[in-house]
Amino acid sequence: MAPNKTNTAIEIDPSALKEELVAKYPTKVARKRAKQIIVNKVDDCGEVPEMGANARTIPGIITQRGCSYAGCKGVVLGPTRDIVNLTHGPIGCGFYSWLTRRNQTRPEGPDDANFMTYCFSTDLQDEDIVFGGEKKLRAAIREAYETFHPKAISIFSTCPVGLIGDDVHSVARDMKEELGINIFGFSCEGYKGVSQSAGHHIANNGIFTHVVGLNDTPPEGKFKMNLLGEYNIGGDGFEIDRIFDKAGITLVSTFSGNSTYDKFANSHTADLNAVMCHRSINYVAEMMEKQFGIPWIKVNFIGANSSAKSLGKIAAYFEDDELTARVEEVIAEEMVEVEKMRLDVKSRCEGKVAMLFVGGSRAHHYQDLFAEMGMKTVSAGYEFAHRDDYEGRVVLPNIKIDADSRNIEELDIQPDAKRYRPRKTEEELEKLKSKGYRFKDYDGMMPDMENGTLVIDDISQYETEMLLDKYKPDIFCAGIKEKYAIQKKGVPMKQLHSYDSGGPYAGFRGAINFYREIDRMVNSKIWSYVKAPWQKAPELSATYAWEGMSKEG
Amino acid sequence: MLLRHTPKEIKERKALTVNPAKTCQPIGAMYAALGIHNCLPHSHGSQGCCAYHRSTLTRHYKEPVMAGTSSFTEGASVFGGQANLLQAIDNIFTVYEPDVIAVHTTCLSETIGDDIPQIARKAGQEGKIPKGKYVIHANTPSYVGTHVTGFGTMTKAMVDYFAESEGTRLDQINIIPGFVEPSDMEEIKRIAAELGIKVVMFPDTSDVLNRPQTGRFDMFPKGGVTIDALRSSGRSKGTIGLGRLASGPAARALDSKCKVHCELLDLPIGLTGTDNFIDAMRKMAGVSVPESINIERGRMIDIITDMHQYFYGKKVGLVGDPDQLISLAEILVSIDMWPIYVVTGTQGKKFETRIKEITKCVPHEVKVVSGGDMFLFHQWIKNEPVDLMMGNTYLKYISRDEDIPFIRFGFPILDRVGHSYFPTVGYRGGMRLMEKILDALLDRKDRDSPEETFELVL
Repeated sequence: MAPNKTNTAIEIDPSALKEELVAKYPTKVARKRAKQIIVNKVDDCGEVPEMGANARTIPGIITQRGCSYAGCKGVVLGPTRDIVNLTHGPIGCGFYSWLTRRNQTRPEGPDDANFMTYCFSTDLQDEDIVFGGEKKLRAAIREAYETFHPKAISIFSTCPVGLIGDDVHSVARDMKEELGINIFGFSCEGYKGVSQSAGHHIANNGIFTHVVGLNDTPPEGKFKMNLLGEYNIGGDGFEIDRIFDKAGITLVSTFSGNSTYDKFANSHTADLNAVMCHRSINYVAEMMEKQFGIPWIKVNFIGANSSAKSLGKIAAYFEDDELTARVEEVIAEEMVEVEKMRLDVKSRCEGKVAMLFVGGSRAHHYQDLFAEMGMKTVSAGYEFAHRDDYEGRVVLPNIKIDADSRNIEELDIQPDAKRYRPRKTEEELEKLKSKGYRFKDYDGMMPDMENGTLVIDDISQYETEMLLDKYKPDIFCAGIKEKYAIQKKGVPMKQLHSYDSGGPYAGFRGAINFYREIDRMVNSKIWSYVKAPWQKAPELSATYAWEGMSKEG
Repeated sequence: MLLRHTPKEIKERKALTVNPAKTCQPIGAMYAALGIHNCLPHSHGSQGCCAYHRSTLTRHYKEPVMAGTSSFTEGASVFGGQANLLQAIDNIFTVYEPDVIAVHTTCLSETIGDDIPQIARKAGQEGKIPKGKYVIHANTPSYVGTHVTGFGTMTKAMVDYFAESEGTRLDQINIIPGFVEPSDMEEIKRIAAELGIKVVMFPDTSDVLNRPQTGRFDMFPKGGVTIDALRSSGRSKGTIGLGRLASGPAARALDSKCKVHCELLDLPIGLTGTDNFIDAMRKMAGVSVPESINIERGRMIDIITDMHQYFYGKKVGLVGDPDQLISLAEILVSIDMWPIYVVTGTQGKKFETRIKEITKCVPHEVKVVSGGDMFLFHQWIKNEPVDLMMGNTYLKYISRDEDIPFIRFGFPILDRVGHSYFPTVGYRGGMRLMEKILDALLDRKDRDSPEETFELVL
């Protein structure tokens, strides 16, 4: 086995590097980026420096970020299979968000609805932009209904729709009445907010307003919960389902991997909400708590240890000895294979260096998996997160609401007159809290990272290249747009949005898959062949025997 | 079934597009701009457009695709995107240092009516454009045309901004290759070199979107047409525009701006397409065709004569872009295959007429639609299946549901490699196409033949 190379990452002075990173920018840009590039320092109370997150993207900087439509239609609502998701706009937005996110879904039988393989669009033309697109939208909804007979149709607004003033919500209301199925719209125009994040919020509001709570029939099961912010990329959700099944926990719904309309409709009958991706779904968790009395906790099923911990946390909530025992059994059983693989892979990966710039949760969650393999995360950051995802929810009261965030509606939620039912009494909650149990809490990424690591929000292409040159990491994690520029530099790159072609990486089997995948990537032989023999040793140092002979001859 | 809701019964749809056979203008403009050396494409609109275009191009080419965005927020959408673009120009020239920023608009910036030349002038006045560097632009609203139109518009912008007619005529010809792969552009250059003709080809994405793994990342790789070459295009002997839709606007612009005579041809995909291309080049440059080209041509015909029995009478369904489909239909007809369904998402009556004309000798009804979608195509197939389908990756869903062999051709190809390295233009490209068709048909034959007729030699 080849010894691990010594990595230069260890000798980097992060403060000096930060100076260097911003030095090339125009002054104003440098000042702004300096607030978004932070040398991590966790003090004794667990507090971390302030991160300039969720700010406007700097034009021209070559950002990773996408738009509000992508966050709403692409991320949160895309994975639901039986809603016809109709994009109202020119063709591009619908086209690009058609099957490109690797959300898996498993219809229950040949007759079960699945529209995820379809792309629906009003394909607006210039005359629609001039005269308005509402008429075409109505007609498109009618045509969709007549051909597909879905349970529900949702409408996603793209940039020009907002500008020309099409009222998708009134069209939705009219058509709902006309056709008798649920129809609702999202004002998720691409220019809303500063990133995908605005779209997540808009999606949360819409699904909560129009679908959650429509069916009060309680599902069967003793321990009933929802898993929020799990999108079943590469089958992550299926692996978590497997574990829950084994432990005897009933998932009423998942927001929104492998989800259906009906599951959203009675998700309010669950007794606990567990949040995976805090950034994209915390709004639904908060609203369900306020309206229906369902407490929420933060969990993480990325990493075997984190999965075990999260299972324990869920079991502890239900305060049932049998469940606790069963969960412990499941963990013990699952960990056998995990440990075998982990130790094997660790022997080849220990000491290697990773960087993660992705998402609103994954740059945090995946550090656990790397740590399990003995790998070190020296720099990380999110693409579209907010301060609370970096510094923890403790900073929520201090976050200044700027103009871009103010434009995203914050719903005023009141307890439901009939259906608000606290799942635990005040005393029960207090008792749990006194044992260290934490509700609606998320500490963020930075307190989990070492001092001196570099935390960068909305990293640019330029900064990415600089980090690669300086730290020479063994692996870099980001998205498809970044992938090949990084690999061209000879550094393996793992996509953590769509997982390239792999997955699941959640849960126990997911951890095994990830260990294997990273082992494959960082120890691949191909990187040693990039230079041809004649490029490695260009000088001719010897002559062939016959050349000498011919000279002699 | 993957597309379980597609009914056999066809109802007319006036407002709803399902499973489009096209995408929007800006992505074509971005692709074209990547074919200028030292150029950074820039998307003037919401940042999602840029992210989507970069992602799709990256998935198709498996190469770095760099581009900037004006990152509009709600404020910019109300007050106009001038401040965003000025800042973007400043940042891009400061940080990434390209020679050219090629700005294309989006539905957002077009709807609010941003005037790019005016903003670029202002950037110039404010000293944000370094000496000897350029900001060019193309208007590419997403609600007009398709990705092919966007490609054509940005290619025309190269002429509008750079072509110069002053000075003596040069012994060179211009080739506008159309919305084809980098491998195709490389092959077109090779053919021209074989003929001994000096060409200016634009755009040229070879060595940009099919570059080697070297352990080094260059923001601006070796490939792409240079500004000097673009300038000189106004003094070339003539222009050959390949693909009327993608290359027509630039070719005609050169004619009217610099009086460079242009000939618009079909894409040199297949036999007659390549014949016409080489014949036109030969005449325009005044050279004779070397034997090496005749050998290539002969080999392609040899494959067809050797394997004609497998092509003959096979029904084919095609989905793609007009320029490609015209040439594909032509080669299929010339090897006695029957292209019976031809669907493009790009509007154009001329296209339908042209396909009808090419396929008039096909002894079967031929359905052709411009402005159609893959949902309709699938319904046609449900009513009468075909032996083979050709089109982009999205066809794989139909292929699996209906159990029909499928060749990936066109844009985007998201699940296979090869298209960026191995051409389908020219005779060699034609040979590759024949190989692909035969592989698909014969693999199917080998799979489906009853054991007693399963054969070793085909």
